[in-house]
Amino acid sequence: MTVKTQFPYDKEYVTTFSEKNNEPSWMKSLRLRAFDLAHDLNMPEPDKTNIRRWNFTNFELGAEGSTISSLQELPEQLTDFVDQENVPANIQIQQNGTISFSALSEDLKEKGVIFTDIFTAMQEHSDIVEKYFMTDGVSIDEHRLTALHAAYLNGGVFVYVPKGVKVEEPIQAIFWQEDNTSALFNHVLIVAEKDSELTFVENYVSHNTEEETVSNVVAEVFAHDDAKVSYGSVDNFAAGTTSYINRRGVADERATIDWALGQMNDGNTVSENVTHLVGQFSVTNARSVTAGRGKQSQNFTSVTHHHGKDSDGQILQRGVLRDKTTSIFNAIGKIEHGATRANAEQESRVLMLSGDARGDANPILLIDEDDVTAGHAASVGRVDEFQMYYLQSRGITKDEAERLIILGFLEPVVNELPIASIQKQLRTLIERKIY
Amino acid sequence: MSETTLEIKDLHVEIEDNEILKGVNLTIKSGEFHAVMGPNGTGKSTLASAVMGHPSFEITQGSITLNGEDVLEMEVDERARAGLFLAMQYPSEISGVTTSDFLRSSINARREEEDGIPLMQFIKTMDGALDELEIDQNMAQRYLNEGFSGGEKKRNEILQLKMLQPEIAILDEIDSGLDIDALRVVSDSINGVREETGLGCLIITHYQRLLNYITPDFVHVMMQGRIVKSGGPELAKQLEAEGYEWIKEELGIEDETVGQKA
Repeated sequence: MTVKTQFPYDKEYVTTFSEKNNEPSWMKSLRLRAFDLAHDLNMPEPDKTNIRRWNFTNFELGAEGSTISSLQELPEQLTDFVDQENVPANIQIQQNGTISFSALSEDLKEKGVIFTDIFTAMQEHSDIVEKYFMTDGVSIDEHRLTALHAAYLNGGVFVYVPKGVKVEEPIQAIFWQEDNTSALFNHVLIVAEKDSELTFVENYVSHNTEEETVSNVVAEVFAHDDAKVSYGSVDNFAAGTTSYINRRGVADERATIDWALGQMNDGNTVSENVTHLVGQFSVTNARSVTAGRGKQSQNFTSVTHHHGKDSDGQILQRGVLRDKTTSIFNAIGKIEHGATRANAEQESRVLMLSGDARGDANPILLIDEDDVTAGHAASVGRVDEFQMYYLQSRGITKDEAERLIILGFLEPVVNELPIASIQKQLRTLIERKIY
Repeated sequence: MSETTLEIKDLHVEIEDNEILKGVNLTIKSGEFHAVMGPNGTGKSTLASAVMGHPSFEITQGSITLNGEDVLEMEVDERARAGLFLAMQYPSEISGVTTSDFLRSSINARREEEDGIPLMQFIKTMDGALDELEIDQNMAQRYLNEGFSGGEKKRNEILQLKMLQPEIAILDEIDSGLDIDALRVVSDSINGVREETGLGCLIITHYQRLLNYITPDFVHVMMQGRIVKSGGPELAKQLEAEGYEWIKEELGIEDETVGQKA
């Protein structure tokens, strides 16, 4: 049975939006091709989560943002997300997809580092963006949501680090979906050339606890030979937002892509994080953490896909679930034939704080090569009563003991976020969601 | 320090429908050091766990009071704040929580919320205690008991005793896993607290060895889930010289253990 789906914004809207942004013709035609594909493609089918009744169609587009001239004028809703003591030198804030504030150090500019919004990037660096945008990372035709992503793209950033350049100060992007009904189709594109280094941190923020809308987020990270990219994220979409989040990495020879993802959305979320370990000796550490509350349903899939010999993929997932929340954690190590001496390790651990919460951890190994090493560990459990007894036996109250155990349980991921202030912010968010 | 009394009367304790303690009577006052000795499997550690409120044990009869207050009505943390402390035989490992953060939370749990221990004062106190117990300063930043050796765990328990300054402490086989040098360091620290604070203490051990370093005022022998003999420090010496057999003969006990399933 095929149902002709009506999307809230038509092809004309897509054309007009593309022209308004002076996009190169390749982008305009990509959007239109994607728009047509969206009608024919199926929705993604995340393992063990039924998303058929989730809201993916009720949203608006077109909200505008406003600019600020310095970080001192930062709106109150964002102050938690910017380090006030160590004011970031490289930061872009986007409000409803348009630039609110942008800064990049002179030093990095001189070294040829590019850090712009995605629309400027398409105009000024059309060749590079065309080469990487939804080609070898995420494709428009994977399913309906990747197609819609390209068709409705309305925000994002592009980061380019030239050969041999080590970016020491982190680059931060804050994506603020300030308008309560506007959808965010946000794209982060990172290209790290040979032997370069980058630390990137992103924040997603919205406040629509009642109004419904959608976020459709794609990140593509390309780490060429010997490059090292450390990618941190704190997602904080409000309860009204249904999120589809797809972060993907491609690592060439001896390249490393490390992920530290704080997935703190309050709404229904499908989030996948796939790293293609293409080159020999490529490495990824995919760490993610979540705290679920209310009635939200979430599906997290982390994949290390080994193509290269001696590639090393480590997955670490931690989740804390309360109320009536449901969360599925899929951790997949996939080793292709020929990826000899590859190593795929997975660990998924879920802590249940309520009898009504449902959690599931599925470690999966798909191995097509003999000479490999792999391992997995998974557990779903409650707060250990003997740990509670031990802490309480020192006078610590039951609530405080539980708080310490939960924060400690999530610490191996939180601790890996690249910026201290973002770690602090994530801890605050976790406490807010758990209590 | 005010006079504190822990009174255990006719205590019966079960685990999984299996009665382990069958009527224990014991009173410990400030400044008094009691040793409970006995072979393995006679209920000594159960006594320690029951007083602190270990979740696996069920009290089926009898009472425990602290200065007349009903301990059995208190939550575990309330017992601790009332002045009880248990140095555990097998302390839990808590991943992600540093020893230092844990100690600070434990100290602050005894203070008003707005009156937390100042950070510098805390660090100074902790560093002093770490030095005294000859513990590497790094331990403060390691996760609580995670990857600690047996000896490190025991020292960490005494570190907590020293910093929390309870009224009555129970030491559950604190000597097991300690070499002779460590035993001396730990004993010196406990003796220091004894002199400074007038601590009352219940020492559980099946070796006389520890009592060479910490002299008890009273020695009790436990068998079959009861205290079967009490005396002064000379009783411990006699046990060291002659073992437990003479007590069994005197009391007509064939199997001293309790609650062992066939």
